[in-house]
Amino acid sequence: MVSSGARRARKRGGPQAALRLAVVLAALAPVSPGRAAPAPAGPPLTIQYLERRVERPVPLNNEDPIPADEGAKGAELGLKDSNATGRFLGLSFGLDAKVVEPGDDIRQAFRDLADRRFVVLNAPAADVLALADLPEAKGSVLLNIGAPDTRLRDADCRRNLLHVLPSRAMLADALVQFLAFKRWSRILLVTGPAPGDALYAEALRRSARKFGARIVAESRYDPQGGDVRDTALREFALPTRGPEHDVVAVADEAGAFGASLNYNTASPRPLVGTQGLAPAAWGRPVEAWAAVQLQGRFRKLAGRAMRPVDWAGWMAVHAVGEAAVKARSADPATVRAALTAPGFEIGGFKGRPLSFRAWDGQLRQPVFLLWPGAVTATAPIEGFLHHRTELDTLGLDEPESACRAFSGTPG
Amino acid sequence: MSRPAALALLLCLAGPARAEEIFVSNERDNTVSVIDGDSLEVLRTFPVGRRPRGLTFSQDGRALYVCASDSDAVQVIDPDTGEVRHNLPSGEDPEQFALAPDGRTLFIANEENATTTVVDAQSRKVLAQIDVGIEPEGVAVSPDGRTAVTTSETTNMVHWIDTKSLAAVDATPVGQRPRFAAFTADGARLWASSEIGGTVSVIDVATRQVMRTIEFAVKGIAADRIQPVGIQLSKDGRHAFVALGPSDRVAVVDTATYAVESYILVGRRVWQLALNAAGTRLFATNGVSGDVTVIDAATFKPIKTVKVGRFPWGAAARPMTPAQAPDGRAAGAVP
Repeated sequence: MVSSGARRARKRGGPQAALRLAVVLAALAPVSPGRAAPAPAGPPLTIQYLERRVERPVPLNNEDPIPADEGAKGAELGLKDSNATGRFLGLSFGLDAKVVEPGDDIRQAFRDLADRRFVVLNAPAADVLALADLPEAKGSVLLNIGAPDTRLRDADCRRNLLHVLPSRAMLADALVQFLAFKRWSRILLVTGPAPGDALYAEALRRSARKFGARIVAESRYDPQGGDVRDTALREFALPTRGPEHDVVAVADEAGAFGASLNYNTASPRPLVGTQGLAPAAWGRPVEAWAAVQLQGRFRKLAGRAMRPVDWAGWMAVHAVGEAAVKARSADPATVRAALTAPGFEIGGFKGRPLSFRAWDGQLRQPVFLLWPGAVTATAPIEGFLHHRTELDTLGLDEPESACRAFSGTPG
Repeated sequence: MSRPAALALLLCLAGPARAEEIFVSNERDNTVSVIDGDSLEVLRTFPVGRRPRGLTFSQDGRALYVCASDSDAVQVIDPDTGEVRHNLPSGEDPEQFALAPDGRTLFIANEENATTTVVDAQSRKVLAQIDVGIEPEGVAVSPDGRTAVTTSETTNMVHWIDTKSLAAVDATPVGQRPRFAAFTADGARLWASSEIGGTVSVIDVATRQVMRTIEFAVKGIAADRIQPVGIQLSKDGRHAFVALGPSDRVAVVDTATYAVESYILVGRRVWQLALNAAGTRLFATNGVSGDVTVIDAATFKPIKTVKVGRFPWGAAARPMTPAQAPDGRAAGAVP
């Protein structure tokens, strides 16, 4: 099961891989003493960054807008870090970035890529699936950094698709673990109108069942037709009125009203979810486990704080770079085998070794519970145990996932 | 002045024999706590620069060097009074360092700008800045003074520096996030801890190849909470003590068989280790619980927990008998 990645890589590598053997062997030779920076052992390993630009609403409360280079800057830093490491082994890496405008054909953009072997994808789930199913993507490793959709780690998983960004299931599990720890287990859920909001709410319901919390009431809220900045004081009393509850959870991924819901609930209850106390892969207050180093490097490069998709972009390129270092090779087939090999672990400034789950290609990782002022807690929360690693208490565990693409004999 | 006369003067200046003292840097409090080696009480606490981490002594025990990371300086401090004598140029964000056997050449890891800075503590001059991997951290100098190493936490390598030419000459990949390195007394082996990899690599210094990777397992503790950081080799060289971070344990490794003999329960998130001069007591800094666990180095039993400041990071025993430093600087000198 775990080794299917390695087997798959060998099989798909085929005769081409054999032809590259000479190059690989040269790269595998140990660094000889007396050389600080060995000459590059082969051509640079090129990683692609492919993004579908998404139109976003204007922020309501003068928040910083989601930056146009979110994700791309993270990947750029990942490239810098990988090259800083690679130079000691004679390895070098390149990054080609391409952004597809809304409405344009992302499949054609993918086909047009000069090198499709490692592609960091920052695009919605529908695009991710469309690309993963292209015949041209059969031998690719696609690294998803933009789509949190749980279904991509479930029935809609794909063999050539790894997920660096946590799924909505992982985010919701992190939050509900925290609520269970605090015994704040009665949740009143307010869901926004967007399709992603419904998926976020569904993830919360699922997590509540998993960890023994209860959704005591649900309401839907659509900010269309009014200006919540003017009406929040009175308007939010209705959707947040309900039976006795400990927290109000909000599912508003686009930030259309959630920030104004804080302190405007009918009862004095904390707000959690997409706003308030929010689970996230990364955020500005994260500083432990030397994260402050990564935050500093990113700010120097991008001139702004690192966001979750930036972290995922950095992590995706860093993972490919580390796999190359581990294999001492820039040969794509060799790197791919190293990346998906059982036992491949990488650091990600989250205090634990990270690795890809063998059953669905998801990067297992801690999830932070953040409000803008601090890291309130880091999940997995103490007391949530798992026989493999506590990290597997977050998101779809092996028996829960309907993903079968990674199991059985390689196709 | 003749050599014997100088020595006599030195002994005279040393005054009455002092009790042993262990110095601990408190990263969050910007202070250093001084623990009495006999009574195991905190004798005094004095303020230092911002975010003190690595600390070490001059060979005669008269100068304490402290990496004040956020002050971008290595401070030279009077260990008796806590008074800062002067700052050494250190490069940006110094985290750990090591003093060469010549007693004056400091190799300093600059965590933020991927360099190792070499400073002459006497002339207070920067001799070189050497490019290494990302987030250099652990530093060690071989007992013969010919080789210095820096570990880089994100590049995951041990970088070998020739101390004569002050150039990085080689790199050995090790496990994820190497944090600390220590040479054996004979200089034949280098021990390097990998925090995220959860391992300790034992490297053959002659070939610069990893000859052994030591793994750890503690019953009831998830493998990813076992995060090796500080390493201290016992005085007789038979054991290596390894601080295992958030598993709250110090491992005792047999250096002949590489088998883990014991796991000693200490405070929360144990960082660094220091032995007293006699090698009988081991001091372990516990970052999260804000204390130091004192361990009997022969029986591997904890003796006492000493409360210090917030986030105790490094520890160093002050040399008891003033030794005279050899003449001249051995590193950075082209023969």
